[in-house]
Amino acid sequence: MAQLLQHLINGLAAGTIYALVALGYTMVYGVLKLINFAHGDVMMVGVYMGYATAFAMGREARGSLLGIAAVFAVAMLGCALLGFLIERFAYRPLREKPRLTALITAIGISFALSYGFQLDIGFLPGASPRAFPEIIEPTEWLIIGDRDVVVWNWQVISFLIAVGLMVGLQYLVFGTRFGQAMRAVSWDHRVAALMGIPTDRVIALTFMLSSGLAAGAGLLYAIKDTSVSPLMGLYVGLKAFVAAVIGGIGHVPGAVIGALVLGLVEEFVVGYAASSWRDAVAFGFLILVLLVKPGGLFGRVAAEKV
Amino acid sequence: MRRLAPMLLAALAVMAAACEKKTQPTPSGEAGTQAAQGQPAGTGGTPANTETILLGQVGALTGGQATFGISTRNGIELALKEANAAGGVKGKKLAVKVYDNQSKPEEAAQATTRLITQDKVVLILGDVASSNSLAMAEKAQAAGVPMITPSSTNTTVTQKGDYIFRVCFIDPFQGFVMAKFARDELKLGKVAVLQDNKSAYSIDLSDVFTRKFKEMGGTVATTESYSQGDTDYRAQLTAIKKTQPDGIYVPGYYSEVGVIARQAREVGLKVPLMGGDGWDSEKLFELGGSAINGSYFSNHYSPDNPDARVQKFIADYKAAYGGVPDALAALGYDAARVAIEALQRAKDLSGPAVRDAIAQTKDFPGVAGTVTLDEKRNAVKSAVVLKVGDGKTQYVTTISP
Repeated sequence: MAQLLQHLINGLAAGTIYALVALGYTMVYGVLKLINFAHGDVMMVGVYMGYATAFAMGREARGSLLGIAAVFAVAMLGCALLGFLIERFAYRPLREKPRLTALITAIGISFALSYGFQLDIGFLPGASPRAFPEIIEPTEWLIIGDRDVVVWNWQVISFLIAVGLMVGLQYLVFGTRFGQAMRAVSWDHRVAALMGIPTDRVIALTFMLSSGLAAGAGLLYAIKDTSVSPLMGLYVGLKAFVAAVIGGIGHVPGAVIGALVLGLVEEFVVGYAASSWRDAVAFGFLILVLLVKPGGLFGRVAAEKV
Repeated sequence: MRRLAPMLLAALAVMAAACEKKTQPTPSGEAGTQAAQGQPAGTGGTPANTETILLGQVGALTGGQATFGISTRNGIELALKEANAAGGVKGKKLAVKVYDNQSKPEEAAQATTRLITQDKVVLILGDVASSNSLAMAEKAQAAGVPMITPSSTNTTVTQKGDYIFRVCFIDPFQGFVMAKFARDELKLGKVAVLQDNKSAYSIDLSDVFTRKFKEMGGTVATTESYSQGDTDYRAQLTAIKKTQPDGIYVPGYYSEVGVIARQAREVGLKVPLMGGDGWDSEKLFELGGSAINGSYFSNHYSPDNPDARVQKFIADYKAAYGGVPDALAALGYDAARVAIEALQRAKDLSGPAVRDAIAQTKDFPGVAGTVTLDEKRNAVKSAVVLKVGDGKTQYVTTISP
């Protein structure tokens, strides 16, 4: 029983982080119908930005609230800028081209980032994984029994941050003028432009938002797993993409629920079966969902205009 | 502008792709390729009528096992530099062509083919990870080019054929060493095993450890597994914790083991971890932090060894690359020196002649122990057990076969 509870907590902790990454996929897809395969790698770059900031601050400042805020701020703003640049120079010129072109470009950027960051020149970090500094001093927050179930402070903090960001995002999309503009662009960006909506600006802002979110998620991920490596983005990005598709890509709460489900499924498979089954079960689940409900758990199947 | 930006991006992507393939060729390597281009086509390392003898290395310079390949490359370079300073082999200078395998078997196989067909090397050195060496051995054996792996310990590597050699001990021996150490020195009764399911090396070590540990009267409570590249091991560790073991055998690679150590402490496992030579990297201390202290692993050599030959190697290595050489660097150095010595003895530089010369290696004084190759082309040597503490390793004991 205790073991079950512990697995549940671990699975939720992993799931909330997948959720934050998945939201980025879902937002960009919702607005542009583009699967931004470079999303996970933008996240990885954000983690390295946070890593550099944490080191520049020194050991003392790291644990403080201000220190944590600084690490998150630098990484999220830095990534928002990166997201802006990628959109401006890689995707915008291809916007009127067939959708496949942008998809291929996205994969290209993904590889350029993940392999570029393995080079060991200048500021680039090199191929080996590195230990991520403990910006949140890990403490046991809740202990049940003789350490049968342990909840860590960072698990609670990530969960709260993740839930807060999700609620904020849901409000942004459905409660603000910017959100209204986003939805209008998502419906049809040419018509939206005719209605006086600055589509380019809305799309750029969406990219910045999703990239900043990715950086935040990446930092939580690095805090969880205590390490950072140039290939982490490919791995986490793929998982989050699966989560977004399970939930129904383009659907904000769907992405969150899909991610939580994926996190729990993975944890239980590893805990009770074998770790080698993990990816097979995760992707098997994806296929199952797509077979039964092609739009994902919460998505609607929209007829594709051809 | 509209046209320029995507083109710029495409160029960037191409550059990135090129960077993965073309790994920092050493200056000597460049010279070697140019020289080798004049050679006639054909397999089997045809004798070269050129000024240089070209060796090939395939190693992980990027990816999860990157420090392995880089350390090995440094060791090989050092050996070649010494040999060239001493006049080379048969009046010719030596050079090495290095390819990156990105820590992936399929890349390793491709790089080997390139070394054989394109660069026409007389001999191949590499790789460290057994999964990669297995992929390489197939190609080298088929082409009749001798291959010496510095540090692949998986049994099956040299079983690929009579052109494949190694200058390190084999996995069953490492599993045995740690089982013996756990029973006799640490007096452990019940242990758990956490193995890497994607690595032949890890599975082999774990199998032998389990068998030997049981033979010696201990129990193995549970065997859990992970896949290379994972970063969250809490589910497995939670399951292990339930069995309340006295120790955990983790025969993986440093990049995963460091994180495993941290998470083991986090879920409340305070027992020592044990492992094999895949732990040997400076990165282990960084990734594991204080959580890895008090753990043990079997290895090929210890820098604490007072032997003059070992200390001279360490001094030379420090002067050239900074930092204390790990076992991979020592074995890379030994492998290259065994190769050079065999080339000197070989009657010509053809595949079969070099192969025969390597097979006759006996009592060769390497920095990581004396190398004598048995009829199965494996080196017979003893292993050391090291203890991890505060960012360095400490010699504990030597265990002989």
